[in-house]
Amino acid sequence: MGNKQTVFTHEQLEAYQDCTFFTRKEIMRLFYRYQDLAPQLVPLDYTNCPDVKVPYELIGSMPELKDNPFRQRIAQVFSEDGDGHMTLDNFLDMFSVMSEMAPRDLKAYYAFKIYDFNEDDYICMWDLEQTVTKLTRGELSAEEVSLVCEKVLDEADGDHDGRLSLDDFQNMILRAPDFLSTFHIRI
Amino acid sequence: MSRQLKGLGEEAGGAVRGSSRSGSPGTDDRSERRLSRKQAPKAEGAAGRRGALPGQKEQARGSPRAGSPRRKQVESRRHREELGVQERSTVERTREGRRKRNGRTSLKEQRTPPKKEKEVSKKETQKQRKKHRLPSLASSTSGGESLSEEELAKILEQVEEKKKLITTMRNKPWPMAKKLTELREAQEFVEKYEGALGKGKGKRLYAYRMQMTKKWIKFKRDFDNFKNQCIPWEMKIKDIESHFGSSVASYFIFLRWMYGVNLVLFGLIFGLVIIPEVLMGMPYGSIPRKTVPRAEEEKAMDFSVLWDFEGYMKYSALFYGYYNDQRTIGWLRYRLPMAYFMVGISVFGYSLMIVIRSMASNTQGSTSDGESDNFTFSFKMFTSWDYLIGNSETADNKYASITTSFKESIVDEQESSKEENIHLTRFLRVLANFLIICCLCGSGYLIYFVVKRSQEFSKMQNVSWYERNEVEIVMSLLGMFCPPLFETIAALENYHPRIGLKWQLGRIFALFLGNLYTFLLALMDDVHLKLSNEETIKNITHWTLFNYYNSSGWNESVPRPPLHPADVPRGSCWETAVGIEFMRLTVSDMLVTYITILLGDFLRACFVRFMNYCWCWDLEAGFPSYAEFDISGNVLGLIFNQGMIWMGSFYAPGLVGVNVLRLLTSMYFQCWAVMSSNVPHERVFKASRSNNFYMGLLLLVLFLSLLPVAYTIMSLPPSFDCGPFSGKNRMYDVIQETVENDFPTFLGKVFAFLANPGLIIPAILLMFLAIYYLNSVSKSLSRANAQLRKKIQALREVEKSHKSVKGRATARDSEDTAKDSSKNATQLQLTKAGTMPHSASQIQTLDMKAPGPGTSSSTSRTALPTSRHLLVSRPPSNRPDSGQARPQTHAGRSASRKSTQRPSH
Repeated sequence: MGNKQTVFTHEQLEAYQDCTFFTRKEIMRLFYRYQDLAPQLVPLDYTNCPDVKVPYELIGSMPELKDNPFRQRIAQVFSEDGDGHMTLDNFLDMFSVMSEMAPRDLKAYYAFKIYDFNEDDYICMWDLEQTVTKLTRGELSAEEVSLVCEKVLDEADGDHDGRLSLDDFQNMILRAPDFLSTFHIRI
Repeated sequence: MSRQLKGLGEEAGGAVRGSSRSGSPGTDDRSERRLSRKQAPKAEGAAGRRGALPGQKEQARGSPRAGSPRRKQVESRRHREELGVQERSTVERTREGRRKRNGRTSLKEQRTPPKKEKEVSKKETQKQRKKHRLPSLASSTSGGESLSEEELAKILEQVEEKKKLITTMRNKPWPMAKKLTELREAQEFVEKYEGALGKGKGKRLYAYRMQMTKKWIKFKRDFDNFKNQCIPWEMKIKDIESHFGSSVASYFIFLRWMYGVNLVLFGLIFGLVIIPEVLMGMPYGSIPRKTVPRAEEEKAMDFSVLWDFEGYMKYSALFYGYYNDQRTIGWLRYRLPMAYFMVGISVFGYSLMIVIRSMASNTQGSTSDGESDNFTFSFKMFTSWDYLIGNSETADNKYASITTSFKESIVDEQESSKEENIHLTRFLRVLANFLIICCLCGSGYLIYFVVKRSQEFSKMQNVSWYERNEVEIVMSLLGMFCPPLFETIAALENYHPRIGLKWQLGRIFALFLGNLYTFLLALMDDVHLKLSNEETIKNITHWTLFNYYNSSGWNESVPRPPLHPADVPRGSCWETAVGIEFMRLTVSDMLVTYITILLGDFLRACFVRFMNYCWCWDLEAGFPSYAEFDISGNVLGLIFNQGMIWMGSFYAPGLVGVNVLRLLTSMYFQCWAVMSSNVPHERVFKASRSNNFYMGLLLLVLFLSLLPVAYTIMSLPPSFDCGPFSGKNRMYDVIQETVENDFPTFLGKVFAFLANPGLIIPAILLMFLAIYYLNSVSKSLSRANAQLRKKIQALREVEKSHKSVKGRATARDSEDTAKDSSKNATQLQLTKAGTMPHSASQIQTLDMKAPGPGTSSSTSRTALPTSRHLLVSRPPSNRPDSGQARPQTHAGRSASRKSTQRPSH
């Protein structure tokens, strides 16, 4: 369409548009953001899909993420090997899920993964404690934390197995009035 | 490979070639090759992995093979690989031949094969459903001579499925690499097979239609891209969002939305009223209403006069009075009065429509709020962090507010009713409300008084600048100082901040509304006064003209030149006066807003920032500090400003233009101010809920501003010598006139019939009935909803109590067993039984995830026959705690677990 960019082929861009919630322009913007993170690492030509990863230290220092208590989890969830180092595809994935247009279900799925700290596919007591500690920067006492966690389990644990499964979590989060507006990163 | 399918493929390829994404020549044979390749490893994969249904698979492939699945698996796989190689080679050969025929090869084609291999292998692990179907398809294509109806239907179904997959690809929670391969595969599949669909002559049509759909999708996507690029200030708002959280940004989004609405209104009014008038209407100075009167002429170009929208401004196309009552203007015979009236109505119509539509779309996205008390802690835990925050200061505030809210809910939970001195609270609340009502009444009276006084001033000569602008100044000052006053008074009430915010909003709303309506009432008084004077002025005008033309002392033979328009005495033209009032109000409101921002925010910030070095106390943390962005005040200000625009736009068509300018400047100015001199809120409010609340206010204001305009249009006679409706009894007569003169008589009759009260009243009744019906339907639906929710709630309760009862039963159970063994064991059991549900579940968790200690349990699992309850009845080595009573507890527990097992597990 007259764009002078040579980073991606036309087909790549189309495919990315099919796979993410972004427009062509936004994809290009995201790419340049990604490239800016590590200019010496990321090539300006992606037509032959180079295998490049930007380390977590750089990803986590993005202004969009640097103040987020869950940034490490986010990076881990979206990276391929769970180590937080991201390829461009992971990067696009992350912001696509976090974008405004992503549907509730998708967001809920990834939110579950983010809050599942030990990655056992259940949010257990320990995960909840981690979450509370991160959210309050450890300002709550141990009793308060455990009280809160018990309350959460009490409220949301539909099958009473003492931990939240994905179903429990989705059931709860889909009713949250603020979930869509807060689980969202604008880039 | 069947020739027929190839033929189909060729045809489809020929048709689609131009448009398809991988539009290289040879689409057909590529996909052919794909098919053959796919079928081999796919069936193999399915058979290899599942190992249970090879016979079925093979039958589907057309080569029946029997035998025990496990033993023959390897063998059959080998065999099939050979088969696959064979097939591949034949296809390779045919492709070579075709390539030679075509005389060209595509680069892509050569590049793809290794990738495809990978894809296929990936696909094996991913798509099970497809696997089941593809072999049969393959068999039909390779074995059969023609495509039967059934197979066609199957392909069609698959194609549809793939298409659906393509469109929903972005919703899949897969990593990008997988999404990309899946996408490519699905696209290729669709590309290949959609051409094969349709029969006989329908084929071409089908292919053509597919091509068109593809083009249409592409166009739509490009259009969407374009549309997204047109959204202004995206980056600015994003910046603000990351600094201040979503609540402050919501104001700017609202402002942007308002700007869009005003732009449309502006286009409507300018395109249909002002520009035709300027281009085709009579020029300035041709008739009295378009001329500055002789008395004002010398000062008409002074800036102070223009600034008050007097002089030349008053006699310009910006105001109602300038327009002529000529039925048609220019060579287009444009019916300006009609257009003026219709635009005035459609401004309201469009605004109503857009506000209601956005409200509806807001409600659709939100879920019912009756749920929130069920999940207080869960929502706090999982949705309280605003992922938009990208500023450390805001993040600090957010952390603090989350901690506070957690503590608050803990306190609420622990003692849900903390009794304070209820009488004192009540007394204070009543007192606060009394004070605020006093304030409201006082401000209302003040405005009434000022407007009355300004009418007297307007009769006097040479009044000072203050006296001329008293109304606007007083109203702006009230708007500036009352809200903080209310806030101070509200501190007495000691409400929860969220409820407090609602009260505060309601009070400010009442203040603004009261002020606006007092202003209107006073204005209306003025209008009535002017209307009563009109008759005399009309007589004077007539008399002057009559005297002028019939006076003696003029040569009778030569007709007198017409009286110069500037000399004709004229009426007061109340419509223009109203328009001017609104115009001045808008401008002064804008200036006051800007000055407040400049002084209250920017200068304060400068002072705090630079004087902090040499001050006795910490200015930044202490008293003046930096200002916070006042969301509710700003939004309400915007809403009321819009109300004034709606009210005034009928009498001052230029008002919308001024407002567009205002919103534009205010966007940049406020963005700058908020970034430069405001600090994030200490309590970060949620924006999402209040969004519709603001919209509701806007709707209310729109309705309230519609009332006075409708009243003036319907029941006041227009001025006799100015405006497009002069000379008519009422403004809406213009419609009647148009219907009578311009439409065929038949239509006129229809209109007359439609306007018959006998028809209108039933129509209104019908509408009421429809509203009533829909309302009751929605009510019953929501009641059903509530009932269901209650049922779920009850179910949960029952489950919970059930569980606790079970827990107690287990305790007793284990107690009994433990008694047999030893006494200290009983003690242990008692303590354990209390915590049983959790510990049991934790064990379960451990069992599920930990492979280390689970090795022994897995061995025991294979040994024991029952697999379902194994999770609980494990060898004791996994339990780190508990003493000697373990075997007994296990027996008891597994029994209890058995009974608690619900069918849902």
